[in-house]
Amino acid sequence: MREIALHLLDIAENSVAADAKNITLTVREDLQGDQLTASVVDDGRGMSAEMAASVVDPFVTSRTTRKVGLGIPLFKTAAEACNGKLVIASEIGKGTRLDVEFQHSHIDRMPLGDLSSTILTLFVAYPKIHWLFDYEAVSADGTKNEKFMFDTQPVMAELGDMPLTEPVVLTYIREHIENGVGRVQAVSNG
Amino acid sequence: MPSIKSLEDLKRIREEALEKRKVKTAEGAIQVTVAMGTCGIAAGARDTMKAILDHIENHNVSGVIVTQTGCIGKCDYEPIVSVVVGAEEKVVYGHINPERARKIMEDHVGGGKVLTEWIIPA
Repeated sequence: MREIALHLLDIAENSVAADAKNITLTVREDLQGDQLTASVVDDGRGMSAEMAASVVDPFVTSRTTRKVGLGIPLFKTAAEACNGKLVIASEIGKGTRLDVEFQHSHIDRMPLGDLSSTILTLFVAYPKIHWLFDYEAVSADGTKNEKFMFDTQPVMAELGDMPLTEPVVLTYIREHIENGVGRVQAVSNG
Repeated sequence: MPSIKSLEDLKRIREEALEKRKVKTAEGAIQVTVAMGTCGIAAGARDTMKAILDHIENHNVSGVIVTQTGCIGKCDYEPIVSVVVGAEEKVVYGHINPERARKIMEDHVGGGKVLTEWIIPA
């Protein structure tokens, strides 16, 4: 996969598959600290410590881990190639937390990519999940800080049973996400 | 606070959408599903999904539900899109790039014409 945003989509799909009710997706571009960090935190069914350790290892794959597959090992390798890391913490019955870190300026770092599409895709496809999208950037000199927080709960409360794929609703949501992400990217792009 | 204003907007948008749905005849719901396992995402499923959503917006297509599923075990046919129109049988399409997705939205979802050449062999 060529974008961090696509990997995050893939990771969030794992959370959905784990029957999470609440999923928080965080991305932070800290140009001052030269770091790009992201996390996916869910309250799904979780994994044992043994399982959590094995899903990051591409050489430990068995049929039972097929649901997790190659997505995480590939993401981990990409992060480690950029002076970063990928860590998974999980507890059965509580949920899973995945944290990933890249050196922002690393020549091999894949682009963040189309974060707006990843957010829109997740929300539209799984409207019953309570999503919290949190995207933040800090400029290189540390003077500018911009944040976009999108909590889907108030939106769903307002919409009731109106499908998100009704054209006017879809336009509203897409524009809301694109505007917010664009605002943050004005800072992260310098 | 812009966020509060924006929720006010949403209330108005909801009313608007309700009106439009009333106008639409009860021809049965249409469900479009995009497979989004790692295999699907790697093959471009998000772009396919985005093309479907863009088509809904651009052509003002009401009454279509778009959803996702995980890997269905036919990874070599990804991106996979399935369409269910009302009580009709599910049609599963393979290798659906954004361009093909738009064609499916136009011909199958919009016009009821199944695109047999892209159906995945059972």
